[in-house]
Amino acid sequence: MEASFYHAKTRYPGIFGWIFTTDHKRVGLLYLFSTLSFFAVGVSLGLTMRLELIRSGMHFYSAQTYNAIFTLHGVIMIFLFIIPGIPSSLGNFIMPLQIGARDVAFPKINILSWGLFIMGGAIAVTSLFTGGGPPDTGWTFYVPYSIRTGTNISLAVFGVFLIGLSSTLTGMNFLTTIHRLRAPGMTWKRMTLFTWSIYATSWIQLLATPVLAITLLLIIIERNFGVGFFDPAKGGDPILFEHMFWIYSHPAVYIMILPAMGTVTDIIPVFTRRNIFGYSFIAASSLAIAFVGYLVWGHHMFTSGMSDTARIIFSLLTFIVAVPSGIKVFNWIASLYKGSIRMNAPLLYTLAFIFLFSIGGLTGLVQGALATAVHVHGTYFIVGHFHYVMFGGAGFGFFAGLHYWFPKITGKLYEEHLAKLACFFLFIGFNMLYFSMFVLGWEGMPRRYYDYLPRFNGPNLVATIGSWILAMGLIIMFYNLIHSLFAGNKAGDNPWEAASLEWQTTSPPPVENFATQPVVTKGPYEFR
Amino acid sequence: MNETAHIEHRDYAAAKLGMWLFLFTEILLFGGMFLVYAEYRQLNTAAFHEAGREMNIFIGAANTVILLTSSLTMALAISAIKKGMKIRSLLFQAATVLLGLGFLVNKYFEWSDHIRKGLYPDSPVLLAMSHGKILFFGLYYVMTGIHALHVIIGLSVIIFMFALTLRGNISDTDYVKLENTGLFWHIVDIIWIYLFPLFYLIL
Repeated sequence: MEASFYHAKTRYPGIFGWIFTTDHKRVGLLYLFSTLSFFAVGVSLGLTMRLELIRSGMHFYSAQTYNAIFTLHGVIMIFLFIIPGIPSSLGNFIMPLQIGARDVAFPKINILSWGLFIMGGAIAVTSLFTGGGPPDTGWTFYVPYSIRTGTNISLAVFGVFLIGLSSTLTGMNFLTTIHRLRAPGMTWKRMTLFTWSIYATSWIQLLATPVLAITLLLIIIERNFGVGFFDPAKGGDPILFEHMFWIYSHPAVYIMILPAMGTVTDIIPVFTRRNIFGYSFIAASSLAIAFVGYLVWGHHMFTSGMSDTARIIFSLLTFIVAVPSGIKVFNWIASLYKGSIRMNAPLLYTLAFIFLFSIGGLTGLVQGALATAVHVHGTYFIVGHFHYVMFGGAGFGFFAGLHYWFPKITGKLYEEHLAKLACFFLFIGFNMLYFSMFVLGWEGMPRRYYDYLPRFNGPNLVATIGSWILAMGLIIMFYNLIHSLFAGNKAGDNPWEAASLEWQTTSPPPVENFATQPVVTKGPYEFR
Repeated sequence: MNETAHIEHRDYAAAKLGMWLFLFTEILLFGGMFLVYAEYRQLNTAAFHEAGREMNIFIGAANTVILLTSSLTMALAISAIKKGMKIRSLLFQAATVLLGLGFLVNKYFEWSDHIRKGLYPDSPVLLAMSHGKILFFGLYYVMTGIHALHVIIGLSVIIFMFALTLRGNISDTDYVKLENTGLFWHIVDIIWIYLFPLFYLIL
């Protein structure tokens, strides 16, 4: 048996064998380690925000500090954790294995992407301690405030620009890989639905990110040269900025959620021992989400000043984009029906995902409808909604994938009871924390303030206590994974008895992924 | 097992596919700026018309001819290497670089002329003018500036390709790098073909 890639001789010794690697598995792990580190920072910032908001009044830090902290929390969680989270880490490690490739199409560009990502992250972090202080605009960098504020916007925005470039290159790389490097017999309809979701995600990364890149460059140019594009005093139009920002940033939410949807779609058949229900519909709905997701950006600006015609069209399109997500949810549920369910941690996280994502999706429609959007706009309802979708959806999907592929990546088994306990804590804490926000938002508590009226005290206390339970869940989960990495039982090559290609090689895989070129003769979920 | 052993495979179609996907992103990047142009031209048609008179059509036209010719020499360099004519390919690559430099020199004179007249972003002269004119010159500097940045990047890559051709890494059996460089150079050219009328002609 061939040695795993961990033990393979690399061109450079020690740590350089990792940071100058071209092996997609090592690049994936570099991403995994770096995104999870950023996640830890983002969580800590979020916890301190909840602590400040435990009851009305100012407790721990000033209004300005609060502004900086929610900006940082947003920038780190979105650009440094969720966007690269699944596609660049699990996608990098698993996707080439699933299509039977030896590596991605452009291994050198792959490690370059990681380098750009880390550089961007480092620059964004540097912006906190230099110049006029940490950015305080929120992660959206809305003009004209982002042009006028004295804080260190240019540097932070440049960091995000580099991360965007990294994301674009990853998209280009994965698209080429999926088109060119599938193993013999790996037809499009024999690909796993995780690979399909990565494929759809890559198109969005490729076709939306450049618009963000130019928008961010224009902010930097505006701040340094005063060309006046977004400055009303010089004839510029701040609403134009919002359009350009959301033309990227709405499709970007599908960059975040699609890979999570793909992850749970791969998990369900394995733990129900039956073929997925509606394979073609799930695959097509990924592409449909990627496509329609482009056309709905205007729903972020229902109160910013748009014609009624535009608002009605964007509202209609927003309802349409919910259809493919609904198709996925119904197919997942149908796949559970009459299955021989094994309630292991990956499936448990998956069920939590379906529940939380459904709430997140349905509350999205509340904001997609014009009349209610005006009522909940700028309130905690929005905060609740996107945490349900992004954390309850993308986050739980990521955790499900982490547990499911943990034996593949490490060759070890995590401790099942602890994993379930962690999931339980996460689920309870999560709902206490974020469901309270729906209530608060509906009653009119505005987002992005360090303080609030005393009548909002109750649900805020519940939310803060929820944040502690959630944090406990995270600690148990990561303790379990890290401890199992060193002390876990040996997993064997295919502990879940999965049928897809990544499990047909050794765990962890050798450098070349497969000892001999695999030839595919059946679909990814055919167990018999 | 050595981890670098397996990356030395060649996939011509993949290299081309990757490059075309990358070119999509370039079009979208400039697309964002064309969107800004479209909105402000729509809102300030008369002012754009007036500001356009400050443009030097002669330099603009000369640069268009120079850039189009450089695309031709680039294409000739690729067809030469495909036929195994290394020296001829090197000469055409060198010609492309010289033409590209000529474009930048013209651009330098054009910009310095405007700056001498006080027409640059945030200048007192410009701020005294109408909103439309401020935006026109803002767009002029940003769009031709980011385009010029692409010319500089393109030239650096061609010089690198020149070295690779000289060392024999690019040859009649493996020329996809040069071909992709050519594709990038053509997209830089195509973007200029749209910038030229928008800033010099239709006003």
